[in-house]
Amino acid sequence: MGLLSDPVRRRALARLVLRLNAPLCVLSYVAGIAWFLALVFPPLTQRTYMSENAMGSTMVEEQFAGGDRARAFARDFAAHRKKSGALPVAWLERTMRSVGLEVYTQSFSRKLPFPDETHERYMVSGTNVYGILRAPRAASTESLVLTVPCGSDSTNSQAVGLLLALAAHFRGQIYWAKDIVFLVTEHDLLGTEAWLEAYHDVNVTGMQSSPLQGRAGAIQAAVALELSSDVVTSLDVAVEGLNGQLPNLDLLNLFQTFCQKGGLLCTLQGKLQPEDWTSLDGPLQGLQTLLLMVLRQASGRPHGSHGLFLRYRVEALTLRGINSFRQYKYDLVAVGKALEGMFRKLNHLLERLHQSFFLYLLPGLSRFVSIGLYMPAVGFLLLVLGLKALELWMQLHEAGMGLEEPGGAPGPSVPLPPSQGVGLASLVAPLLISQAMGLALYVLPVLGQHVATQHFPVAEAEAVVLTLLAIYAAGLALPHNTHRPLSYRVVSTQAPDRGWMALKLVALIYLALQLGCIALTNFSLGFLLATTMVPTAALAKPHGPRTLYAALLVLTSPAATLLGSLFLWRELQEAPLSLAEGWQLFLAALAQGVLEHHTYGALLFPLLSLGLYPCWLLFWNVLFWK
Amino acid sequence: MAAPLVLVLVVAVTVRAALFRSSLAEFISERVEVVSPLSSWKRVVEGLSLLDLGVSPYSGAVFHETPLIIYLFHFLIDYAELVFMITDALTAIALYFAIQDFNKVVFKKQKLLLELDQYAPDVAELIRTPMEMRYIPLKVALFYLLNPYTILSCVAKSTCAINNTLIAFFILTTIKGSAFLSAIFLALATYQSLYPLTLFVPGLLYLLQTRHINPNSAAAVHTCENEEQSLLDLFLGVCHDVCGKPSGNHLPLLLPSQLLGFHPRSLWLYINVFFYTIPLAIKLKEHPIFFMFIQIAVIAIFKSYPTVGDVALYMAFFPVWNHLYRFLRNIFVLTCIIIVCSLLFPVLWHLWIYAGSANSNFFYAITLTFNVGQILLISDYFYAFLRREYYLTHGLYLTAKDGTEAMLVLK
Repeated sequence: MGLLSDPVRRRALARLVLRLNAPLCVLSYVAGIAWFLALVFPPLTQRTYMSENAMGSTMVEEQFAGGDRARAFARDFAAHRKKSGALPVAWLERTMRSVGLEVYTQSFSRKLPFPDETHERYMVSGTNVYGILRAPRAASTESLVLTVPCGSDSTNSQAVGLLLALAAHFRGQIYWAKDIVFLVTEHDLLGTEAWLEAYHDVNVTGMQSSPLQGRAGAIQAAVALELSSDVVTSLDVAVEGLNGQLPNLDLLNLFQTFCQKGGLLCTLQGKLQPEDWTSLDGPLQGLQTLLLMVLRQASGRPHGSHGLFLRYRVEALTLRGINSFRQYKYDLVAVGKALEGMFRKLNHLLERLHQSFFLYLLPGLSRFVSIGLYMPAVGFLLLVLGLKALELWMQLHEAGMGLEEPGGAPGPSVPLPPSQGVGLASLVAPLLISQAMGLALYVLPVLGQHVATQHFPVAEAEAVVLTLLAIYAAGLALPHNTHRPLSYRVVSTQAPDRGWMALKLVALIYLALQLGCIALTNFSLGFLLATTMVPTAALAKPHGPRTLYAALLVLTSPAATLLGSLFLWRELQEAPLSLAEGWQLFLAALAQGVLEHHTYGALLFPLLSLGLYPCWLLFWNVLFWK
Repeated sequence: MAAPLVLVLVVAVTVRAALFRSSLAEFISERVEVVSPLSSWKRVVEGLSLLDLGVSPYSGAVFHETPLIIYLFHFLIDYAELVFMITDALTAIALYFAIQDFNKVVFKKQKLLLELDQYAPDVAELIRTPMEMRYIPLKVALFYLLNPYTILSCVAKSTCAINNTLIAFFILTTIKGSAFLSAIFLALATYQSLYPLTLFVPGLLYLLQTRHINPNSAAAVHTCENEEQSLLDLFLGVCHDVCGKPSGNHLPLLLPSQLLGFHPRSLWLYINVFFYTIPLAIKLKEHPIFFMFIQIAVIAIFKSYPTVGDVALYMAFFPVWNHLYRFLRNIFVLTCIIIVCSLLFPVLWHLWIYAGSANSNFFYAITLTFNVGQILLISDYFYAFLRREYYLTHGLYLTAKDGTEAMLVLK
């Protein structure tokens, strides 16, 4: 702190911050964005490598040859499923028992807070079936999970077939040291959540389910499989889990090793990874993958049923079989061999996967960026807020001192802190009102859906989404109408600028705090919000081209960011959206966001409604300060 | 003046009662920043049930409270929430009256010095007026009762609140000039956690200076010292008789500390508390209450197993030093550091313990930053105090020999 205790250097520093504030802010913002873009270039992105010793040095030979058996199982399963219209529990139980597993079922039911229109479900009840292969070499203290989530449509039959065929093959081997759980869940993620909650004997989402009859020790790793065709052209791997959690990088490395060994084509975010990182094309393609990953992680949704395992500290990923128009196709044996290899290596684990990275970004399957290298990007963006806050503080402070010195002679020269001098009362009203708006945004849509359906000709799900939008828009009109009578008194006695400056100072610190905390837990979300919100937050002031600022502020509000992200997402997937489609998708995303908060505990909705939206309203308030 | 205090008390009790009824109470009482193994309510309950079973609570390594606490709650276990609300209210009331008296003393002293012409001529704007001092006691009570740290600590039923009450009463009785009572409260506080022993020096200084003890006789000092020592012995003796065990006045260094010293390497920091007493006593011998404030802050920073409840106690004194505000230099940066750290504690703890994606070093780093922030804040106050004192005697607008504005160098 020598820099801060020496008055001369301190004054120089203060002058630097005050005089060069705007250029420094621009520089810092540009540096943040540039740093992020630079992440895909080789010195910053590194080659992945296996850190876990137990999985690295040993060789395994895959012997799975049950391709025909898998297809037969899949056909039977599909037929039974078509006949009963739901998961054929009895058939599954029978078949699992016939291949030699210990079979249990678990029934669950859940009433969603409002009808889910995307998946067409409201009152959900279903049954999970799981079979445990007891390890001959250990005492059921650790286990691995292979899971297939079955939705309401007739997909994933081949995955069930492969699961059963693998179970039959695994049963015949003697080397297992960890129990293997073969889990088929109904209603995809809801079933998985019910099973996981019952397995760990917790209830975090209000799911009603029967207790589990059989357990198999602490789950070390899980693989979810989604496969809907007899042949595949490539395997896509999904890593992003609930609230942006990621599995240990070693699990991904393991998958990639076996893809390479079996010659399988594998993709990340649906993109093949570039061969050549030295020229410009490779990194540009990597950037596309990286952006897709950032958008997916920022959404905080579980992208596949592996996403729910991560919350229980189980490393997991989802493999999706893709059948596209490529010429060369692989049959189920190739996929089965890759899975067998992965399970055999996981079987060698002596400790939980912990050696490799947990916080990373992936510009390609075999390239990663670690936390130490990507954090500066968001650090630079937050520095803008810090610089602005410092500038405002100094201006307020100087104004306070300036007022004091001419009037130094009279007795009651109260040396109150300037922010207090402005009158905390004038800040309390906007703060309370915007927080109350946030609370309304969080609580009212779900709570008031029945009232809305009674008075308007809309369905519940629509009612929720429309109430959300209505409250969101109402927030823009409300606060700047109410603070006026309160601020007049203050403004009349003090310099007119101090009111909004103090409010902006508070808002800047509030925003920086939130973005910092978010970036630590979910870098992508933090970075995305920082990129959009920081520049307008720094610009907002009640002078100058106000309409322009207002337009900018609306464009960078959290909801607009969500809409923009949807367009960017489809653009990057090379399936651009039309405006109308985009709007429909936006409405669906809102409903999904609220639902996922209530059913799985996704945090994006409360974060936006209780944290960032009120904070954004404060800037709106600053802009329309009178 | 009593009406606003009552209002503040009512608000504070309402907030606490609401939080006790909410689902947050359980979450808060598990937070590592709020409770430590030494002050956790869970352990008090454990000790009580061990006692009920006829087992000595100290036979295991779980219970670290003093025997007096356990006997206190033996009768009051059903009213625990009420007890903690009352202790908080008592602390605030004690601080309120203590600061009210202290302000009178300060003002009297200032008047005396003004009449004696001890101050430089151009320091009119540094002179404190009754107007600005009028609301200070209320602000102190407000700062203590509505400080989020105090509220968290109370809702978690951390026994740190009881220690705070004892220290507050020690300050009150010292300022009121009752040597015997202040010795009792200091002995009680020391008996609970050892560190308040260092407050003996400022307390003694204050009593000596306000002539409640005859300063001419060295025996008086000795008497005071003896009194406290014998009282402490008495409490220890009582406990020994009651449970057949020495008091909880031990420092279990077996478990990692939470806020500071998560790292075993920082063990040496614990004794730091005692290092500062003598230098501070020399530098601040004229200002025992400021000395006391700094010493309480030093305890909160350097003690083993610190919690936010300790931080709340010295934060309550900030309004008393309102007049130092213009000399504080880094208050903005330091306030930001402390707020940021307070928010990052739960985030990094979550990443470490639940998500498993970060490790203990992340959390350790933030505890260290929090403490660095506190240390800088306290040294900022210390330096501001010294600077004001210097200006009072030498004049506010100092010029160097060549006529330019002079620069003070702290050596």
